[in-house]
Amino acid sequence: MTNKIVIAELTKGTVNASTAELVSAAQAMGGEVTVVVPCTDSSVANSVASYNGVAKVIAVKSEAFGGNDSSGWASALDSAIPNGTILCLATARSKDVASRLAARRGISIVQDVVSIDGNNLTSPIYSGKANQTVTVSGDAVVSVRANVFPAVGSESSNEVSVVDASGDVKTAVQEVMQRASARLDVSEANIIISGGRGMGSPANFSHLEAVADTIGAAVGASRAAVDTWEEIPHSMQVGQTGKTVNPNLYIAVGISGAIQHLAGMRSSKYIVAINKDADAPIFQHADYGIVATWEEALPVFQNAISNLLA
Amino acid sequence: MSTIVVLIKQVPDTNAKIAVQGNRVDLSTVKMEMSPYDIFAVETALRHKEATGGTVTALTVGGAGSEKILKDAKAMGVDTIVRVWDDSWSELDSNALQSILKDSIESLGASAVYCGKSAADTGAGSTGPGLAERMGWSNASNIIGAEFGDSVTVSMPVEAGVAKISVPLPAVISCDKGNFKPRKANVKGIMMAKKAQVELMTATAPASTVVVANHSMPAAKPAGKTFEGGSSASQVVQLLRDEANIL
Ligand SMILES: Cc1cc2nc3c(=O)[nH]c(=O)nc-3n(C[C@H](O)[C@H](O)[C@H](O)COP(=O)(O)OP(=O)(O)OC[C@H]3O[C@@H](n4cnc5c(N)ncnc54)[C@H](O)[C@@H]3O)c2cc1C
Ligand SMILES: Nc1ncnc2c1ncn2[C@@H]1O[C@H](COP(=O)(O)O)[C@@H](O)[C@H]1O
Repeated sequence: MTNKIVIAELTKGTVNASTAELVSAAQAMGGEVTVVVPCTDSSVANSVASYNGVAKVIAVKSEAFGGNDSSGWASALDSAIPNGTILCLATARSKDVASRLAARRGISIVQDVVSIDGNNLTSPIYSGKANQTVTVSGDAVVSVRANVFPAVGSESSNEVSVVDASGDVKTAVQEVMQRASARLDVSEANIIISGGRGMGSPANFSHLEAVADTIGAAVGASRAAVDTWEEIPHSMQVGQTGKTVNPNLYIAVGISGAIQHLAGMRSSKYIVAINKDADAPIFQHADYGIVATWEEALPVFQNAISNLLA
Repeated sequence: MSTIVVLIKQVPDTNAKIAVQGNRVDLSTVKMEMSPYDIFAVETALRHKEATGGTVTALTVGGAGSEKILKDAKAMGVDTIVRVWDDSWSELDSNALQSILKDSIESLGASAVYCGKSAADTGAGSTGPGLAERMGWSNASNIIGAEFGDSVTVSMPVEAGVAKISVPLPAVISCDKGNFKPRKANVKGIMMAKKAQVELMTATAPASTVVVANHSMPAAKPAGKTFEGGSSASQVVQLLRDEANIL
């Protein structure tokens, strides 16, 4: 059993809690687990020091991790990561960096893993219409979906060693157009409430935003909503040609549940659907379906949540 | 003259029903087409050529059955179409596929390679960045727009919003659904494509160390609960707390 190296996921400069899920995914593969924390300031690694089941924590310091260039990330990480099988979270940036790392080492990569049994790894294929199980021999790089594996506890005190690394940064950021709203992005959220063409107008999305603000959710949309209304940006689109999301709770409002929409959200842990048409396909995938117009159902929903959380 | 290469892959129509026969997905009755994001890659490659000159080569690694998508790319306006294959290949892992692509692109002598952000079958998104690393090139992934000069300036989503990033050439650039419409083939293009010659190439591939054990259907979700009328929304909220432990 070769060693397993977990790359901590960085979100806005701090360690994302799903990193603790990566440790249990690594344990499911077997072997000693090292956690590597990419950072520009090594104090970021302190939150990992308490993870159970970890043999070593290495904070890798590099200016490269302050930017987005995946060549910079991969080269800086490669210099600090020992041999073994590498695990990371299946986010857009980490999948990119992980692909480079695998190529750099001349090994293969398995993306979006949702189940592990030793060297047998399962990932969704054909947008979740089927699963594929592969058997890995030798070292590989593995990206793991968030919200699937249990998080390890944090009662330990591991020592953190710090190494400096330099990255081969190849691209240059010219400007960043800030996101118009400070809202969570659907790819970062544990709860998502999405609207479809059934919302009637883009202005009506304010009702979804109100619910989102109460429960700390992100607001998403179907492609019909994005294509019909200029005000609804493509960055909100969930589905085959939008984002693939995997939240604890997905609330679909005025969305019919076309196969391409399902492709992006069917793996959500719980699905709630609000639709006035009892025959809408989304109800076949919903844990809780509400057959009603959103005009009737959302105010009640919002109210009940406010009371519950009060 | 610079050569721009666009990588395209044949996948099932995204509306197709997927079924497993034995321990593999059965594609024998499924309509196949170019992977959706690859269409944006072809469009971006053609725009690159229109801005700076050069030629566009569409390349696929696949069996004889995958020549249709090469013809589709030809009909959109690419100059050359190439199929890379060896009959001993099947179910290539990422290391094998990327080694083949590296070999092929070195012999074509490309200055820019475009591909899809992820293929509709694997959903992986490994090929663009992996190929860039093997070539020692720069890369950008999931781009939604591009401007062309001595380097390519791409628009891509980052944590804070959308960044404009200057990517020095040579580079591998993977394309998301862009904020533009890919061109449709016209009748002349389709006629030209019919007569177009597919160039055949081969390469050496290392043995795959990631081997497909089986395909299976996802476990069916237990039937959910359905309620009538807007007032039932409060019951659902309660269930989200008591049954689902979410709120
Ligand atoms: C290649 C390809 C890729 C695609 N990619 C995507 C993708 O990424 N994401 C995506 O979402 N789609 C995608 N689609 C489009 C998809 O096929 C559907 O057209 C789309 O999802 C429909 O969006 P919708 O459910 O909002 O609209 P509709 O299908 O029009 O459904 C609207 C729903 O709202 C309900 N409704 C109406 N009024 C009310 C009301 N007052 N209260 C409650 N309910 C109401 C209706 O009963 C209906 O079910 C793709 C299609 C193709 C061909
Ligand atoms: N067999 C192949 N032949 C040509 N291009 C491919 C092949 N497999 C993947 N690609 C390209 O790489 C992209 C990403 O694929 P993947 O890494 O499998 O998600 C695809 O959209 C294609 O552009």
